[in-house]
Amino acid sequence: MRKPVIIGVGLTPVGEHWRLGLRDLAAEALLNAMEDAGVDKVDSLYVGNMASGSFIEQENLGALIADWAGLGNIPAVKVEAACASGGAAVQEGVKAVMTGLEDVVAVVGVEKMTDVWPSDATRYLAYAADAEWELFHGVSFVALNALIMRRYMKEYGYTEEDLALFAVNAHANGAKNPYAMFKKRIKVESVMKSPYVADPLKLFDASPIADGAAAVIITTEEKAKEFVDNAKMVEVAGMGRAIDTINLANREDLLILKAAKVAAERAYKMAGISVNDIDFFEVHDAFTIMAALSLESIGVAERGKGAMLAKEGQIAVDGNYPIQTLGGLKARGHPVGATGVYQTVEAVWQLRGEAPNQVANAEIGLTQNIGGTGSNITVNILRRV
Amino acid sequence: MRRLLKPIKDVGIVGYGAYVPMFRIKNEEIGRVWGVNGFPIQEKSVNNLDEDAITIGIEAARNALKRARINPREIRALWFGTESKPYAVKPSATVIAEAIGATPDLDAADFEFACKAGTEALQAAIGFVGSGMAKYAMAIGADTSQGRPGDHLEFTASAGGAAYIVGEKTSETLAYFEGSYSYVTDTPDFWRRQHEHYPRHGNRFTGEPAYFHQIVSAAKGLMEELDYSPSDFDYAVFHQPNVKFPLTVAKILGIPKEKVLPGLLSGIIGNTYSGATLVGISAVLDIAKPGDRILWVSFGSGAGSDAFSLIVQDAIEEKRELAPKTMDYVNRKKYLDYALYAKHRGKYIM
Amino acid sequence: MGRPMQVSRYWRHFKEKYRLIGGKCKNCGHVHFPKRPVCPECGGKDIEDFQFSGKGKVVSWTIVRNPPSGYEYYKPYPIALVELEEGPVVLAQLTDVDPEEIDFGMEVEMVTRKVREFEEDGIILYGYKFRPPIK
Repeated sequence: MRKPVIIGVGLTPVGEHWRLGLRDLAAEALLNAMEDAGVDKVDSLYVGNMASGSFIEQENLGALIADWAGLGNIPAVKVEAACASGGAAVQEGVKAVMTGLEDVVAVVGVEKMTDVWPSDATRYLAYAADAEWELFHGVSFVALNALIMRRYMKEYGYTEEDLALFAVNAHANGAKNPYAMFKKRIKVESVMKSPYVADPLKLFDASPIADGAAAVIITTEEKAKEFVDNAKMVEVAGMGRAIDTINLANREDLLILKAAKVAAERAYKMAGISVNDIDFFEVHDAFTIMAALSLESIGVAERGKGAMLAKEGQIAVDGNYPIQTLGGLKARGHPVGATGVYQTVEAVWQLRGEAPNQVANAEIGLTQNIGGTGSNITVNILRRV
Repeated sequence: MRRLLKPIKDVGIVGYGAYVPMFRIKNEEIGRVWGVNGFPIQEKSVNNLDEDAITIGIEAARNALKRARINPREIRALWFGTESKPYAVKPSATVIAEAIGATPDLDAADFEFACKAGTEALQAAIGFVGSGMAKYAMAIGADTSQGRPGDHLEFTASAGGAAYIVGEKTSETLAYFEGSYSYVTDTPDFWRRQHEHYPRHGNRFTGEPAYFHQIVSAAKGLMEELDYSPSDFDYAVFHQPNVKFPLTVAKILGIPKEKVLPGLLSGIIGNTYSGATLVGISAVLDIAKPGDRILWVSFGSGAGSDAFSLIVQDAIEEKRELAPKTMDYVNRKKYLDYALYAKHRGKYIM
Repeated sequence: MGRPMQVSRYWRHFKEKYRLIGGKCKNCGHVHFPKRPVCPECGGKDIEDFQFSGKGKVVSWTIVRNPPSGYEYYKPYPIALVELEEGPVVLAQLTDVDPEEIDFGMEVEMVTRKVREFEEDGIILYGYKFRPPIK
C-alpha cells in the first residue's frame, strides 16, 4: 500500500451563509484546498454530505460539485454516513490513493442546513436515527442524546454543570478560530441558563445548525513532493470505521460508543501507535455528552471518567488531552456532512504548526466523527511527515 | 305481536371492560370562560392529545379480553359504536380488531346512532352469537364527543367507552341477557351534518319527545314483554346526558334512586355518548352480586332506545378482578384549565 | 402536520406497533424488538413473532421541547427508553404522566395511542406508548 498524505486544505467559515448555496460553499472550499496544495486538477472527488436531498432537494453531489468547481470529467461520488459523512469521505479518498487507483484525490465535506425551517432541520437530522422505530415516535436527535446524557449523569453521578465544561472549553478554543461560528467565550452559567431543548440537554450543550464546506487534497508521499514542501505534508497514518445498532434502544450498553472503540483500535493498530502517543483529539462533540463518551470510547479516559477530564482541566489546549482545539462542533459549528473534513483540516493545521490555537509540538492528532447516536463512527490518525 | 328480541340460543357477557381518560375539566372552569353559572354536572372527562374514539375502544376491548380469557381470534365480529369516528370513511373497528389481535377471521364495522351506537352494536352481537353464526362477538361504544364551544353540550360532552364480549351462555358467562327490546322513531332532536365540526340540537325538544319518550317506552316495552315490574330489578342504568335526566326517568318508572346511582357516572365523567350506558353498566358489574337483575336502557338521538335485562352470574366474582375496574379509571384524574382543554380537544390552529 | 408518505410504508408495521410484537429466535430463544431477520445473539435466521407483555421500567427519559416537524401540536412530550420485562429496551413516548412524576425504574405498561396525524385529510398513525400502570 502507498502512504497517503494530505497536501492541501481549504474551507469556508462556518455559519449562516444566506448568500451562498451548497455548490458555492463546496466549490470555494475545494478551490482553496487545490490552491493550498498547488494542484490544478485532481483524479477524483469524494463528497462528504449527509442530507442534501432533504435540505436542498439536491442529490448527485459528485456531479454537481465537480462540475461547478471545473474539475472536468472525473469520477465523483457522494459518501454518506450521517454526521460521519465527512470522516468517511476522507477515508474513501485515502483508500483510493493507498490502493493506487488514483494519485491525486480531492475530498470535500459540505452541508447547507439553513435553507429550511428549523423544525424541518430537526426532522432531517433525525433521519440518521431509525426512521421506523425512533423517529416514528417523534424523537429528535437532541432527545436521543438527552436520553444518553440523563443515564450518564445518573450512572456516574455527574451534574449538568460538569458536562457544561465541554461547551466552555469548546468556546474558549473557538474564540481563536477565525473560521468558527461562535468566536466567543462562555461560562458554565451561560450553559446552565440556556433553555432545555430535551431535558436535561440544553441549547448550549448542543452544536449549532450551520452551513459550511471544508476540503482536503490527498496524494501519495512520492507524488506530494511534486507539489509541496515536507512542512505542508500530513500523513493519514491510521483509519478505522465501524457501525453499531442504528436504534439506540438496541445497544447492549447505552454508555459505550462501541463503534468508536472498534474504529479507534483499528486506527491505532494501522498507525502503529497507542492512544498515549496522540497529542490532541478532535472528537465529535455534537452534544457535550458525546464529548465525554467519545473520550471514554477511544481510550483516553476510563469508563465513566470522560467528564472528569473536563473537571480536572485536562482537555484545554495546554492540558494533557487537548480536545476541540479550534472550537469543536460546539463552537466552530456543525454543518453535519462537512464536520469530519473540518476536523481533518484543523488537525492538519495543528500538525503543520500553523493553527491559530496551536497545540505545542503536535506530532500526532486524532479525529473522531460520529454518525447517528454512535451508529457509524470514523477515527482517523494524522501524523506530521 | 311479540316485541321482545330474543335469540334462539341464550347468550350473555363473557367479558367487559371500560376505559375513561384521566383528564377532567370542571363545569365551573368552562363556565368561567363563557360567563355561565348553574351547571348540569360537576366535571367531565377529556381525552389526552393522543386519544380518540379508537384508542379508547382499544383499551376497553383489551380489558374485556382480559376478563373473557379467550383467544381474540375466536371473536368473529367486532362492532364499534361511535359518533366521533376519527375517519369519516374508513372503519375504526378494523384498527381495534388489529390492535387486539382479532384479525383477520371476523366481521367488523362501525355503528352510528348518536348515543346509542354502542348498544346498537350490542344488539347485533347478541343476534350474531344467538343465531349460532359466531362463537363470540364484541360490541364497543366509545366517543370523544363534540360540543360547540360555549353551548350547553360543552359542559357534558366527554370521552370514554366500554366493550362487551358476547358469547353463548355457559358458566363462564358473567351476566346473561334475558331479552332485549328496541324502540325507534324518527325524532330529530340532535344531529350533525357531514363536514360540520359540531352537532346541532333542539334544545328543550331533546327532552320530553326525544329522550324521555324513547327511554320510557323502551323500558316499559321490555318490562311488559318479560312480565317484570320495576321492583324486579336490582340496578338500572339509563342513558346519562347529565344527572337529572336519568333520575327523572327512574322517577317516572318508579325505580328508586339507589338502584340508579351505582351506574350513574355522568356527574363526574360527563356524557361519554356511545359509551354512556356501557360505562355505567360496567360500573354496576364491578359491584353486582350473582343473581342480580339489571335494567339497561340506552338512548340515541334521532331517536331510539335499546333496553336489555341482564342477570348476573357467579363468574362475575372472579372475572371482575381480571382487569381494571371502572372506578379505577374514574378516580384517576388530572384537572385541565380551559387553555389546556382546548389543546386536548385540538382547537388550536397551528 | 406534513404530508403523509404512501400508506404502505406505515401499514406494513401496524401489527408490531399496535401490539408491541417483536421477534424470538427459534434457535436460541433470544427475544428482541423490533423483529430482525438475524438473531443478534446467535446469528440464527429462523425468527418468529413474539408478543411482549407490555410491562417495563423506565431506563432514561427526556422531554421533547423542539420536536421534528409533524409533531409540533403534541409538544412538550416525554420520550423514554423502556426496558421490557422480557429484556429488550424500546424507545417510545410516555403518556398520561407529568414530567415530574417520571423517574428511573418507574414501572410502566404499554398502551396503544395516536402517534401522528397528517393534516386534515391524511392518515392517522397509532402505536405503542407507555404509561404508569392503572393498578
